[in-house]
This record gives sequence, C-alpha cells and structure tokens, in this order.
Amino acid sequence: MTPVDYDSILSKKAKDIKPSGIRRYFDVANEMEGVISLGIGEPDFKTPWVIRKAGMDSLAQGKTQYSANSGLADLRVEITNYMARRFGLVYHPQDEVVVTVGGSEAIDICIRTVLDNGDEVLIPEPCFVCYAPIVTLSGGKAVAIPTKAENKFRLTAQELREKITDRTKLLILPYPNNPTGAVMRREDLEEIAAVLREHNILVLSDEIYAELTYNGRHVSIASLPGMRERCVVINGFSKAYAMTGWRLGFAAGPAPIIQQMLKIHQYAIMCAPTTSQYAAIQALKNCDDDIQMMVDEYNIRRRFLVDGFRRMGLSCFEPEGAFYVFPSIKSTGLSSDEFCEQLLHAQRVAVIPGTAFGASGEGHVRVSYAYSLKHLDEALKRIQRFIESLTPVKAGKTASHVL
Amino acid sequence: MDKLLKLLQENARFSNERLAAMLGTTEQDVAERIEKYEKEGIIKGYQVLVNYDKLRPEHVTAIIELKVTPKRNLGFEEIARTIMMYDEVESVYLMSGGYDLSVRVTAKDFKDVAMFVSHRLAILDSVLSTATHFILSRYKENGVIMYDEPEDERGVTLL
Repeated sequence: MTPVDYDSILSKKAKDIKPSGIRRYFDVANEMEGVISLGIGEPDFKTPWVIRKAGMDSLAQGKTQYSANSGLADLRVEITNYMARRFGLVYHPQDEVVVTVGGSEAIDICIRTVLDNGDEVLIPEPCFVCYAPIVTLSGGKAVAIPTKAENKFRLTAQELREKITDRTKLLILPYPNNPTGAVMRREDLEEIAAVLREHNILVLSDEIYAELTYNGRHVSIASLPGMRERCVVINGFSKAYAMTGWRLGFAAGPAPIIQQMLKIHQYAIMCAPTTSQYAAIQALKNCDDDIQMMVDEYNIRRRFLVDGFRRMGLSCFEPEGAFYVFPSIKSTGLSSDEFCEQLLHAQRVAVIPGTAFGASGEGHVRVSYAYSLKHLDEALKRIQRFIESLTPVKAGKTASHVL
Repeated sequence: MDKLLKLLQENARFSNERLAAMLGTTEQDVAERIEKYEKEGIIKGYQVLVNYDKLRPEHVTAIIELKVTPKRNLGFEEIARTIMMYDEVESVYLMSGGYDLSVRVTAKDFKDVAMFVSHRLAILDSVLSTATHFILSRYKENGVIMYDEPEDERGVTLL
C-alpha cells in the first residue's frame, strides 16, 4: 500500500493561501478568563421578529424544496423594488439579479466569472479579507491599492489610475468599508467613474454595509451616468437586517454578466436556502423601520467610541459607515500586532490588528461596535488603563481631562 | 421617545459630556435639555435599579389588585392618595379592566406583606376586595434584564 502524499495531491493554489493571521491571537483570547472582545463583525441585534416568523411560516407550510436557481421570483422582484427605492438603481428581476448564499458567494462567482489566468484585480486596502484569495484561486493577480488615513481611507482617482494596466479587468469597490468605516461620497465616486469610463474595466461594488451609513444615504457607483453597465452591485441581508446566519445575499448587474454568474452558481450551489428566501421577502417588504432603529443605535455607539478614543489621545478618523472604528495607535509607538497582543494580556480586551486587512492597516486597530453600550463602556475603560500604563507622563494630563 | 431620554433611562449616570458625544451635540445643549425635562416634570428623578433577587436579607414584592368604590366627586383619587402614603408602596396605578387599583409593595417577608394587606388596605372603607400576587422571579425590570446575560455566542470574524 502506498501512503498518501497529501503534499503532492493538494493544489498549489490552495496551499499558497495564507491562513488568517489572527487565528492564533484569538485562540489565545478564547483560552483566557474574563476577556472582553471587540472583534466581532456581525450585528448584536436579533433578526427582526417578523422576518424570523416568515421563515418559520414557510417551514410550517412545507416550503422545503429548492427554489429557482436565480432565487424565488417574488424575492427577485422585491430586491429590484428595494434597489430602486433605497439606491435609485433599476434592474430587471428576470435576468439581472441572482440570489446567493450571502454576499460572499456573490463575490466569489463574480470574480470567477470575470477572470482568466493572469488577469489583474485592483483591491483598495485595508479591506475585507476574502477578495485576494478568491482572485488567486481564480488564476488572477490581486493588486492592492493602499488607501490613506489622510484621504479618509477613500480611493482616489490618481491611486486608481496608477495601478491600471493592460491586464486589469476588475476593480473591487468595498464601501462602506470594513475595517475602516470609510464611505465614498458622490463626488469621490464621480472621479473614480471618470477614470473607469475610459477603460474596459468592470466594478465589483461590495455594498453589504450600504444601509449602515451615518452622514447621509449611501450612493452606489452604479447609479452614476454610464456606470450601470460597468458594475456588479453586491448586497445582502446580513448587516442591514441582522441576518448573518441566514446566509443570503444577491448580485445585480447587466444580464450578460449575471447570466454567466448564474451558471457557476447553478453548478456550485444550486440555489440559496429556500427558508431564508421567504424570510427575506418579508424583510424587504416591511422592515425599513427596523433598519432605521438599528442605524440609530449604531450611530450612538459610533460617536461614543470615537469620542472615547480621542479622549485617550488616540487620533481617530470619523467612520461614516459599517460598524467599526479604526483608531490610529501610532502614538503608542507599538505596531498593530504588538498593541493587540499587549492589550489582550494587560487588560484582557481583544481588538483586531489593522494589518489583518492588508499591509496599509499598520498603525491601526479595528474596533467593532456591534456590542451594547455597557460592553463598550467597560472595554474603553480598560483600553484607557492600558494606554496610561504605556505613557505614564502623558497619561497624567489625559486622565484629569477625562474625569 | 427622545434619544436623550432613552439614553438616560438606560443609564442615568452617563455624564453630560458623554451624552453630548453620543448624540452629536454640545454639553451645554444636553444640560439645557435635561434641565427643561426636570422643570417640566418629565424627568421626575434618578434612581438605582436594585435587583432584589440578589439582595440579602431577602425582600418580597407583591402586586395587589384592589377593587374599590369610587367616592362621589373625588373618583379614585382619594383612595389612591391614601394608599400611596405608605412607605412600603412602590407604585399605585389606576387600571382599566377587571379591577381598579394596582399596588406594588416590597417588604421584608411574606408575613409583612400579608399584614400590610389585612391591616392597611382591607380595612379601608372603599376597598371591596383585594387579590395579592407575589413576584417569584424577576427577569426584566424597567427595560433591564435582571438575570446574568447569556454568553455572546458570536464568533470572531473579519467579515
């Protein structure tokens, strides 16, 4: 019998994917007693009751079969109504929408649909961690565009132009952004659109946090003149309706792209979970008020944290979307990794190093506010004590100011 | 309800500075609004929410339903005013439905409550009947969950 040589069997592409750098750090955190985490990236709210009820009712009625590959027809209609109502985007429910297993699957099939070997994908960083590995698996080349704190972590036209080559096929536009909380305003998007109109480049606009903005409504790049035909808009139910566990998202875009994506979706997934789809119809029809309630609550927590970090003497860019703040910890003289490691051991608070979201996240940490005010208050107190222990002289000043 | 009131209801010990930050306004604005609420009697006070289930020595709380005969011209007011003067009475409400007054009482033990009902309430002229319900366990009080909150089951994600 020949022993299995896993190394020669496993694909080089799979093996080359780097495991998430923070896994080890959180393994340590989980072992420790009394740790307060600010690391979670999903809402602390429960899915609104009417949505849960709609899911249960569909089960009670025995609606347990597959749905159409692209999703329930009623749901696709509701999605297009929603896109028009909330973002002024018009799509045809028949052939321009595919319902997916979370926004994640939509990202995956969109990238796979577009890339051939050697194609380049532009990814503004810091950002959500899935884009680059999927690009690599699809044979493409991920090209990072580091964004800067002084630009409020927005992508600028010049940064974009510098990275475009003959092989560039796709730009990922992850705004409102995880981890920075940055948003792209209409005027910022117009500059980006002006560059893109001169090229044959597609945009994957990941708008999963579109509902969670705090200084005005989210603007989709697809709503700008001449951009609809260049964009695949990806959104979902996880963040807006606190439905992470239901695994439901969607992609909307021009039929020639969506129809190709649908083929991959068909073979890989068949269809998104039927129960979740029935629940989602209810969400889109009746839950605009629930979104507002959650946004108001997040907004209070967001201001609470920004104010708290600034009081500690950390410079903290004001995030305008998602549910993260991304304070700079450069003044402590520590790297992101060192800061997180030492904070965990000294005060038992777990935050995520900015470098987990790309090299340009160095000098920052991601702090989630998907937690109760009480939880955040306690965490801030501990972080304050940690900062004071680092810089005893300077801390004297800050402390008197705080009390 | 106004967001400021909601935050104070959640935690009346938030400093004005903190409240101003959370509401995106100035400290002075917060101070003025609170003063106005106090003057208008919308804010009637600031209290501590005690979890009697954990307090030692133990206390018992009962909700007593009273049926009463209203007095001519005075309605239920006179009897309600009489009852609310007792220190052990925490709240008095006029109710619609099957009975008239709902009285919440906290005392050191069952016997004390029983004595209060028989010696103080039942003897009042206009009281027709009483029904005493003891609170066995407190799950939520004034919007605050009173038992130890369940563990956060969410895993860390970079999503």
